[in-house]
Amino acid sequence: MRENTERLRPPRFLWVPFELGRPFGAPDEREFQARVLRAALALLERQGPPPILDDFPDNAPGDGPADMTGWSCPISFPAPEATDQLALTARILDEISSLTPWQALARERRGRTGLGAAKMGIEDSARFLHALWAAGGSTDNPSPTLSLGQTFRGASEDMKTFYMEAATARPSRVSSRELADWFWGETAAGELLLALHPACLESVDAGVRRVALGQLVPRAQLHRLNKG
Amino acid sequence: MVNLGDLSRASARHLLDKDCPPFETAPFVAGPPLRQRQVAIVTTAGLHRRDDNNFNLSDLSYRVIPGDVRLSDLVMTQASVNFDRSGFQQDVNVVFPLDRLREMDGAGKIGRIANFHYAFNGAGQLPSAFEATGREVGRMLKEDGVNAALLVPV
Repeated sequence: MRENTERLRPPRFLWVPFELGRPFGAPDEREFQARVLRAALALLERQGPPPILDDFPDNAPGDGPADMTGWSCPISFPAPEATDQLALTARILDEISSLTPWQALARERRGRTGLGAAKMGIEDSARFLHALWAAGGSTDNPSPTLSLGQTFRGASEDMKTFYMEAATARPSRVSSRELADWFWGETAAGELLLALHPACLESVDAGVRRVALGQLVPRAQLHRLNKG
Repeated sequence: MVNLGDLSRASARHLLDKDCPPFETAPFVAGPPLRQRQVAIVTTAGLHRRDDNNFNLSDLSYRVIPGDVRLSDLVMTQASVNFDRSGFQQDVNVVFPLDRLREMDGAGKIGRIANFHYAFNGAGQLPSAFEATGREVGRMLKEDGVNAALLVPV
């Protein structure tokens, strides 16, 4: 943030008005990203005096209320009230099954996936997370190389990544806020992670407690959903 | 790197309360034109190659990203969940602009791309905690002849 940087006073700094997580503006906006990069590197040819704090003049493409309309996930899920009889795990596995073709499409088009933090498949991550929740924050660790807390962290991140990659497979101007509100407010996977938050704060495992405390649910979503 | 007004009050307060003491000195060096510079990226986005160890909370270590890395090999295990990841999931360059740097290199706008870039986990610790590993990376950049370091927060 500009306020923090003004206190630090680094020699050269380009402030950009983009959201956290997007320092070069927007995905798949090649020329815009190049402009930001050129503006940052151009500071190296300035002769001072320090600190040089420049402002990038433009908002990111797609930023603003005009672009925040009309997005819907490629797959619509049954409303929770219609599926109360189904176990949460079954609902999540149904969602994963529905989203798998879209996630595969995203992977194919982008040539990459961010999955892999838990070192296990997405269905196994879902089952592990459900077991952890059902057991109150402590269960068998399926990973031979990660601690229980690390497996918890990796599995929860893989769940978010899988859903987000699937949801963005179809080109659109969806905002990050819409995506986050969808995941945390409309999916069974988000419901499970929200349920894990209080359950794992009481875990006997310190690593699990640390993940639950600050590495599971975004602060903005806890606030929005009155879970904080 | 963000407008305070775009954040929730709690998130803005959390970030503003970070201890960010000013640098005690103000080193400032000029250098050759950009077209003669060797450029490295240093990111705090918790990026690494898929086979590297994940970053943990309070992780002060760094990961090395080879200059010829395939972007499809990069994953993000940054400790914070309080920033958008969907942009990165769609396009690595929104966080780590190596393709854009390669284009500038191809067009002769920079001297060359460094052999190694570096990634930290910019969460869970105050900036001062990174001094030792920061100095270590600085030494390696210098030994490699890097004379333009692009520090990219997330």
